[in-house]
Amino acid sequence: MPRHKATVAVFAVLVVAGCTTDKPTATTQPAAPTSSASRSAEGSGTGEQSKFFVQADFDAQLAMRAQAPQGPADKPWEQAIAPRMADTAKYKKDGPYHLCFSNAAVNNPWRQVGWKTMQAEVGLHKEITKFTTLDAEGKDDKQISDIAELQAKGCDALIVSPNTTATLTPAVTAACGKVPVIVFDRGVETDCPVTFIKPIGGYAFGADAAEFLVEKVPAGGKVLALRILPGVDVLETRWSAAKMTFDKSKVQVVGVEFTDGDAAKTKSIVSDYIQRYGKIDGVWMDAGATAVAAIEAFEDAGLPVPPINGEDQQDFLQKWKDANLTAVAPTYPTYQWRTPVIAALKILKGEEVPKAWNLPQPKVTSENLSTYLKPNMPPLHYALCGCETLPGFPEAWGGKKS
Amino acid sequence: MKRTLPILAVLMVLLAAIAIANPHFLEPAGFLAFLKRAAPLVILAAGQYFVIVSGEFDLSVGSLVTAEVVIAARLIDGDGSATWPVIALLIVIGLLVGLVNGVVTTKLRVPSFIVTLGMLLILSGAVFLWTGGAPRGALSEGFRAFGRGGLGPVPWSVLILLAVGAAAIWLMRADFGKTLIATGDNERAAALSGVRVDRAKIIAFMLSGLAAAVAAILLGGFAGVSAQVGQGLEFSAITAVVLGGVVLGGGRGSVLAAMAGAFTLEALFTLLNLYGISGALEFTVQGVIIIAAVAAGAVHLPRMFTPRKGDAHAAS
Repeated sequence: MPRHKATVAVFAVLVVAGCTTDKPTATTQPAAPTSSASRSAEGSGTGEQSKFFVQADFDAQLAMRAQAPQGPADKPWEQAIAPRMADTAKYKKDGPYHLCFSNAAVNNPWRQVGWKTMQAEVGLHKEITKFTTLDAEGKDDKQISDIAELQAKGCDALIVSPNTTATLTPAVTAACGKVPVIVFDRGVETDCPVTFIKPIGGYAFGADAAEFLVEKVPAGGKVLALRILPGVDVLETRWSAAKMTFDKSKVQVVGVEFTDGDAAKTKSIVSDYIQRYGKIDGVWMDAGATAVAAIEAFEDAGLPVPPINGEDQQDFLQKWKDANLTAVAPTYPTYQWRTPVIAALKILKGEEVPKAWNLPQPKVTSENLSTYLKPNMPPLHYALCGCETLPGFPEAWGGKKS
Repeated sequence: MKRTLPILAVLMVLLAAIAIANPHFLEPAGFLAFLKRAAPLVILAAGQYFVIVSGEFDLSVGSLVTAEVVIAARLIDGDGSATWPVIALLIVIGLLVGLVNGVVTTKLRVPSFIVTLGMLLILSGAVFLWTGGAPRGALSEGFRAFGRGGLGPVPWSVLILLAVGAAAIWLMRADFGKTLIATGDNERAAALSGVRVDRAKIIAFMLSGLAAAVAAILLGGFAGVSAQVGQGLEFSAITAVVLGGVVLGGGRGSVLAAMAGAFTLEALFTLLNLYGISGALEFTVQGVIIIAAVAAGAVHLPRMFTPRKGDAHAAS
C-alpha cells in the first residue's frame, strides 16, 4: 500500500509539474530538483531566493517584455522577439512531408488545449501528408524510446516537447544528427535543435503578476503568495521573479503557501489566512488553475476580493468579469503549440527561422478581458490558444457554437 | 466508548495545539470552518469503517469521488433545474459501484484489495478518457450550496455530517452492526451461526460507495470542478480509520472512533499547514500513521484483549 501511495504522490507531482511548463533558457541550472521552499519567516516575508534562480535569464526575460515582437500582429504564434535567424538551406527538401512529434504528455488542461491546437494547425497544411505522434505519458524513459522510435519512421522533421530538461538532452542530441529537430515549451541542454520555441517564460509570468499587485495593493498591505509545490524548476522561476518584485516593494508578504494545485486545499489555506489576519490585501498565484477557489474563499467569508492574479483559463476570466475583480492574468500561451508545425515547414522549405524563437507572452488585463473571455468555452479552456480561426473551433476544444 | 478514548485524547491535544497557533480557531466561525473542511473525510471514514470492520478494504473511494464530481459537472452544466436529479444519480452511482465491489469480492472470491484497486484504476481511467484530462461543464449554485452555503451560521456540510454520523452510529448499534463485526471477526464462525456474511459485506461496500457520493457532493460544492478532487482520499480514509484504532482485517473498532480518527487526521493536516510544512509531507504522515497504528495494534492487542492469532497480522 505505501508503494502505491508513493506512486500517487509522484503522479500528483508530475501532473502538477506538467501543468505549467516553462523553462529558463540558460543551461546552467542545477539539475537536481531539491527543495528550495521559501518560507515566510524571515526578512521581507518572501524567504530565500530559489536555487533555480538565474539572474541572466531573469534579466533577459524581463527585458523581452518591453521589446516589440517581429511578425504579423494578428498571429502572435508566428511572431518572434529579437530573433537571430538560423540558416536552414541544408534541410531543404520537396514535399509532401512527414512530420513527427514526441509529446511529453497530454495529462492536464493546458496540454490538452495545446495538443488540439497543434492537430488543427497540422490540418491546415496539405503538404503534411503524415503526422506521427507518440505520447510519453509524462515519463522520461518512454519519451527517450519514443524519440528513438520516431527516428526509424522516416520523419522529415521531428518536433519534441521534452518532459524534463536534463534527462531528455541525450535523446534529442542523438536525433539531431538524423533529422531537423524542433523543440518547444521546455528546452534541452543542447543547441543542436534547429529552433527552440517558447514564450518569454516563467520569470516574466511571475513578475507580471507581482508588479500588478505591488501597484494595486496599498503600502504595507498583506499579500498571500500561493504556489503549487516547491522544487519544480518551471514553477520556481515564477516565484523567484515575484520575490524580486515584492522585495523591492512596500507590500508585506504574509505567507508563501503550497496548494498542491488542489482547489479545496487552496480554498482552505486562503480561509485560514483570512481568519488569521482578518484581511488579506492581495493574492499572488504561480498558476491560475485554483484562482477561482481562492476567490471563493473571500466570497464565502463575506469579504471583498482583493487584487489577485490568475491565468487565462475561462473559469477565472468569467469570475473576473462577473465579480468585477481587480485582477490580472499573465499567460503561458497555448498558441505556442502552433509554432512548431509552422517552423517545421519553414525549415523543410529552406526558409530561415529564429534559433531561439521567443514568442510574445501577453497578459490579460481589465482592458482586454472582453476579447479573451469566451463564455461558450469549457471552464478549463485556455483563452490564448490562438485557435479561434482554426477549423473545428469551438467544438473540438470542448466549446459550444453560438 | 472505551476504545474511542485514546483517539479523542489525541484529537484534543491537536485541537489545543491548533488553538495555540491560531486563536481564531476557538471562535464558533473558526471551529465550524474546521468541521466543514473535515466533513467529507469524516463521512468517507465512516463509509470505509463499515468495509474495514467487515474484514475488507475499499480503495476505490478516491477515484469514485473524482468521477462523481466530474460527472455532476458535465451533466448539470450550470443548469440549476438539473441539481436534484443529478444528486439522485450520484447516490445511485455510488451505491452501484459499492454493489459491484461487494459482489465481486464476495461471490467471485476476489480479494477486496484487488477488486477495489481495479475499480480505482477503472474509474480514474474512465474519467481521464471521458474528460481528456480537462473536465467540462459547471456545477449549479444549488449543487454547490451543500459544500459552500449553510443554514444561518452553520454550514450545510456540518449538518449533513451530523446526520451521517448519527446514522452510522445507529447502524452499528442495530443488528446490522453486530452482524458486520461478527463477520469481520471470524467470517466462518459468523456464517456457521447463521449470519449472511456475503450480504453484510455487500451492504458495507454499498455504504462506502454512498459515503463517497456524499463526500463528492460536499467536495464538489466546496471547491468546484476538478479532476484531482478525490486524489489520495482512499488513503486518507483508511489512515483515519486505522488511526481511530479500528483493526485492519476486521472485527474490532467503533465507527465513532473511526470518525474521530478522521477529525484527528484533518487536525493534523491543519496543524502542519499552520506551521508551514509542505503538503507533500501529508502522504508521509499518513504512511507513518498506518504503519505505526498497525504495528501498535499487533504489539498491544494480545496483552490487552483475549489473544486471537491472525487478525492483526492479516492486516500487514
